[in-house]
Parts: sequence; C-alpha cells; structure tokens
Amino acid sequence: MPLDIYDFSSFTQWVHQSLDAVMSPFWVITTEMVLVGLAFLTFYAIVGLMLVLAERRICAFMQCRLGPNRVGPWGFFQTIADLIKLLFKELIYIKKADKLLFNIAPFIVIIASFLALAAIPFALGLHAVDLNIGIFYIVAVSSLGVIGILLAGWSSNSKYSLIGAMRSGAQIVSYELSVGLSLITIIVLAGTMQISEIVELQRDGWFIFTGHISAIIAFIIFLIASTAEINRGPFDLAEAESELTAGFHTEYSGIKFAFFFLAEYMNMFIVASLGATVFLGGWMPFHVYGWDGFNAIMDFLPPFFWYIGKTAFIIFIIMWFKWTFPRLRIDQLLTLEWKYLLPINLFNVVLMATLVLLGLHF
Amino acid sequence: MAIKVDTDHNVSPDSQEFIINMGPQHPSTHGVLRFLLKLKGETVTQIQPHCGYIHRGIEKMCEKLTYPQIIHLTDRLDYLSAHINNEAVCLLVEDALGVEVPERVKYIRTIIDELSRLASHQLWWCAFGMDLGALTTFFYGLRDREKILDIFEQTTGGRLIQSYNVPGGLMNDIHPDFQKNVKEFIKYFRKILPEYDQLLTGNVIFHNRSKGIGYMSREDIINWGVTGPSGRGSGFSCDVRKHAPYSAYDKVVFNESLEQAGDTFARYKVRIAEMWESMNIIEQLIDNIPEGDFAVKMKPIIKLPEGEYYQRVEACRGEFGVHVISDGNKYPYRVKFRSPNFINLSAIEEMARGQKIADLVAISGSLDLVIPDMDR
Repeated sequence: MPLDIYDFSSFTQWVHQSLDAVMSPFWVITTEMVLVGLAFLTFYAIVGLMLVLAERRICAFMQCRLGPNRVGPWGFFQTIADLIKLLFKELIYIKKADKLLFNIAPFIVIIASFLALAAIPFALGLHAVDLNIGIFYIVAVSSLGVIGILLAGWSSNSKYSLIGAMRSGAQIVSYELSVGLSLITIIVLAGTMQISEIVELQRDGWFIFTGHISAIIAFIIFLIASTAEINRGPFDLAEAESELTAGFHTEYSGIKFAFFFLAEYMNMFIVASLGATVFLGGWMPFHVYGWDGFNAIMDFLPPFFWYIGKTAFIIFIIMWFKWTFPRLRIDQLLTLEWKYLLPINLFNVVLMATLVLLGLHF
Repeated sequence: MAIKVDTDHNVSPDSQEFIINMGPQHPSTHGVLRFLLKLKGETVTQIQPHCGYIHRGIEKMCEKLTYPQIIHLTDRLDYLSAHINNEAVCLLVEDALGVEVPERVKYIRTIIDELSRLASHQLWWCAFGMDLGALTTFFYGLRDREKILDIFEQTTGGRLIQSYNVPGGLMNDIHPDFQKNVKEFIKYFRKILPEYDQLLTGNVIFHNRSKGIGYMSREDIINWGVTGPSGRGSGFSCDVRKHAPYSAYDKVVFNESLEQAGDTFARYKVRIAEMWESMNIIEQLIDNIPEGDFAVKMKPIIKLPEGEYYQRVEACRGEFGVHVISDGNKYPYRVKFRSPNFINLSAIEEMARGQKIADLVAISGSLDLVIPDMDR
C-alpha cells in the first residue's frame, strides 16, 4: 500500500485500482462514495469533539481557570463523556410544536455543514470532490444551514426561539454578502473558483502576501463576516444566552441539541478551512518566490500539517473573539454589515480588479 | 364590533405586539425576578416587573425576634451588602439606647463596609459583563472577589453573610493578620483594577451597547427615588456616607462619584470610580485602627424605649433604611426596611421603554439588582 504523506494521490489511485480489479465500475463508484462518506463521518465526529475540547481549554486559559482536566490526560475524554451523556438524555417534545419541522431542523443544519466538507482539500490529493466552482459550492451549501435554524425557531412554538431564529435569519443573510464578496476579491486575483487551482497558485506565496493591501482587507472582512455567519460571539445573537436563554435551540434537548452544537463547531472548522485555503494557501507550505533552499526546508513538513496548523490558527482567532468581546445588538450588527463592511468590500473588489488589471500584484 | 382584548395581557389579537415572559428563571434577571414584556419585534413597549418569588416575610418575622436576632435576617436582604445592612440595625439600636461604641468598632465597621462595597461592585462588574455577552469578565471579577471573601472569613467567620455586627460593637475582635491582608489586597487590587478597564471599559462594542441606553434625567431619578450608584449616574448627589456620616465616615476624605450623563455607561463609570474611592477610604483607616474594646457591654435583653426610630446607611446599591416602631418590649412592634433595589427597580420601565430587549438586559444589569432585597 503506497501511503505517502506528502502526496495522497498515489494512495487514492491505489484504492481505486484495487477496487477496479474486483468489481464493475458502477460498484466501484458506489463503494468509493460509501468509503468517503464513512471517512467524513468519522472525521466529523473527531473534529467536533476536538474543537469542543479545544474551546474549553482555550476559554479556560483566557479566564484564569484550568478547564476540563480530570477525565483522561488534559481532559481528553471529557467531551466523549459529555457526548455519551447527551446520547442517553431524554428527548423532550413540545406540545403544539410542529413535529415534522422540529425533527428535521437539526438534520438540515448538520447536513449543510457536512456537504461543505466535501469540497475542502485537506492535503495534496486528499480532496473528496474537486469542483470547478468549488468556492461557489461551499458558499452556497453552507448557507443552507440558516434554513435549519429558521425552522428550529419557528417549529419550537416558543417565543424565545422565534426571536432567536429571526435574528439569525437577518444576520446570516446579511453577512453572507460580506463573506461572498471577500472571497470574490480573491477569486479576482486567482482567476478561478476551483479550489485545487487556488491552492496551486499560492505555490510562490500565499494570497494574503501576494495580493497587496486588498487581500489583507479581504482577509479581515472574511474573519469578521464568517464569525457572524457561524453565529459565534460577539455575533451570537441567535442564541444570546443573557437575553434569549438559548435562542433558536431553547427547546431542544439531548442528541438533537448536540447536533446544533456540533454543527456550530463544524461550521467554525469549515470557515477556518476556507479562510486558510483561500488566503493562507491551504496545505501549501510557506514559500517565498526564488528562495529555493528555504522552500525545500518548508516542504519537509507534510502538507496535511500545514493545513491543520493554519486552520487551527484561524480557529484560535475566532475563539479569541468570542472570549474577549461583548455581544453586539441586532441593529448594531446590521449597521456594521450594511454601512461599513459591505461598502468597504465593494470598494475592495474594485481595488483588487484594478491591481490585477494593471498587473501590480506579485 | 368591539375588539376582543386578552384581559391578562392587554394585547389585541390584531396587534403586532406579543407578550414574553422574562424570568423567573432567566439567566440575566440575576435571580427570581420576572419581567412581563410587551414586544414589538425586538422593541420593548411595556415592562411589568413581578416580584415576590423569594418573599420570606422578613419584616413580619422581625416582629417576633429580639434586636440581636434581627441582625441575622438583615444579612439575607441584600446579601452582597450584608455587613452594611447589619450596621443599620446596630446603629439604630445604639442610637435609641444612647450607647457610644468605641472608636475601634467604628473604624473596623467602616473598613468592612468598604470591603463589602468592593466585593459587591466586583460581582456587579462580572455580572454586567456577562449580561452584555462578555463572558470572561465573570472569572476576572470573581478571582479578585475571592480574596476579599478570604479576608472576611478569617476575621468574621462568614464569607458572604457575616453577621459580624452586634448592637454595641462587633461579635469578636479582628484577626491579627487582618490589617496585613487588607493592605496586601489593596496593593494587589490597585494593579488589577486598570485591567478591568482594559478588558471592558475601552471596548468599542461596550460603548455602543451602553452609551445613551437607559437614560434618566436627574429630575426623574429623584422623583423615582433611585439612589446609590444608579442615582449618582444621573448626577443626583445621594451618598449617605457624605450627607449623614455614620461610623468613621466623618474621619475620612473621599469623593462622591458623580456622573451627569444618566445612561448605562454613566452608572458603570460611577461604580468603577467607587471602587477606587473605597480603596482610598480603606487606606486612610487601616493603619489607624485605635486600640480598645471591640464591643461595649450591653444588657442581656435589649429593650428599646417606646417610639419610632429610623436609621439610614449607604448600602452597595443605594440608601438602605430601617424603620422601627417600638412599644418598649424586647421585640419591635413593627419593622420596615427601605430596600434600595425595590425602589431602583421601579424606574426600569421608564428607562427601558422603547429600547431593544438587549438594552433591557444591559439596563437591569446597570441597576445591579439583587432580588432577595426586593422581596424581603
């Protein structure tokens, strides 16, 4: 089995050929899909649990406490214990709730985040689907989640949930624009929406360095807007626990609550991956054009670790936001988007287009 | 055709408004307070506070207790200014009997008053940050409050409610390390308090959330009887420590923190300034505690002469008053507490009407409500 941690394409080729030798092409595709699905399910669960643990440890670090430290080393098994607890908890059904929508909502949220995972390149050759409109696909799919949140709020038959869902709807629809436009800025620079090509184009330097001031502005706006899009503090108005107790998921319990919880963390992982891929070169090691020796040293670290490192960096920043800032009010949130971020973003796209036209980028 | 009105809630079926119940179990009402809100979208059009969920009948119970026993109930009113509430009862009894307590008692009472005020304002800062969604403040404030509680525990035996005052003096003398520990704490907290400002006060989101929110003019504040830091945020000079000094407050120099803006941010600034002032007061007293007895000998059964008595003190949230009518017995005939929180709460509708739900949370946080004090 040729497993090369620098290039996974030989491994995936080997899997494909081994399957090809024993079954017909239809079954090869089916088996491969099932395998990828299973791999993603495992990955989803592991990343979700790791992120919950990381959040607890990081917020404890920022709040002068220790965080979970009893169950396993560094509280490693604490989240697993919590998951088991959530699995066994009673699912509470609300009288007069819309049963169908109430049950579907957590799945819509989780499916939306699951779908987005498909287009993310984890390392060279480790990429489920390499669409030619990859970024567009991720943006489109990840915005499906808002439907789940709206349904959850509406079907719960609770006023707190309803207010939370309405806030969330207004917020996600608004900030979707900023996320999209900041990505468009980079698409203008790259000239393609295919994620594998975007990563490849950053071989001589990540876009945040080669794209002048425009890429940096886009990166900052992307960070702010994506934090808002995934409903995390300081933009966690949808669940604002000091105002709406738990917002849209007030009435959910047990594993259904865990689905919302997990989906929130996975969405954070997805925006961090997207940010890392588009602005910081994804799995591409840190290269400087012309410094071949330096680049060769950088290549020693396998691409997967570069990818994880960059994603973790962005996740840390997003967590840092949450544990330092107070929450915005709904009208201030919309003001920030429509009066500040959107105009800056539009100007930034024009600026980037000019830079690309004049060939001023590196 | 007459419009059918839901008499409980006064909302017509055609109206765009809806009623929402905030509390009694709600994270930001800080206890069992219940707001009945009438909302139009996110905007609050009407607020009805409902109290009574933690009513224990303390005033009635006092009628069957002797004066030293009442001390243990006033602890449970505003548990964050337990020592100050006790002091009010003690001062009242001492005044009525014409007992002069030793200077040492006055100094120690004042120091512990101010330590209580510091601890209370620290907890308020934690909770106010939480109300606005800044969760980290909670742990910073509690970390420092813990040190004050340790000092309390060492000297008085109690952390939250101390029952350290008795009519005629104190329950026991201070711990030998008391002065050293208090000085260490003041030194530590003088360094830490600017950190509070860095974390929250300078934050632009915090400014947007608090400036111009919950405005109340000086006239309105006086009309509604709002006292304490909430009143001083609107420029109402109402500090009992300044206007009717008791214990050792006439021996110290301190400023009454006043702000003119009258909004949530002004009330925030008053409390932060009061923490600095409290430290100043403690520093002036801590090295000068006179030698002497920690209590005067009182009769085993205290009987107040027939008549009416009133004593007011500056609790952490405003003016705390005790009104006692005595018929010459060992039990009071009637006791009434003027609790600052109940009166401060009454102003919340004026402050929050027409604002957003999130603002209501900020305003109730800035009034620093303690529910057991309201319901008594």
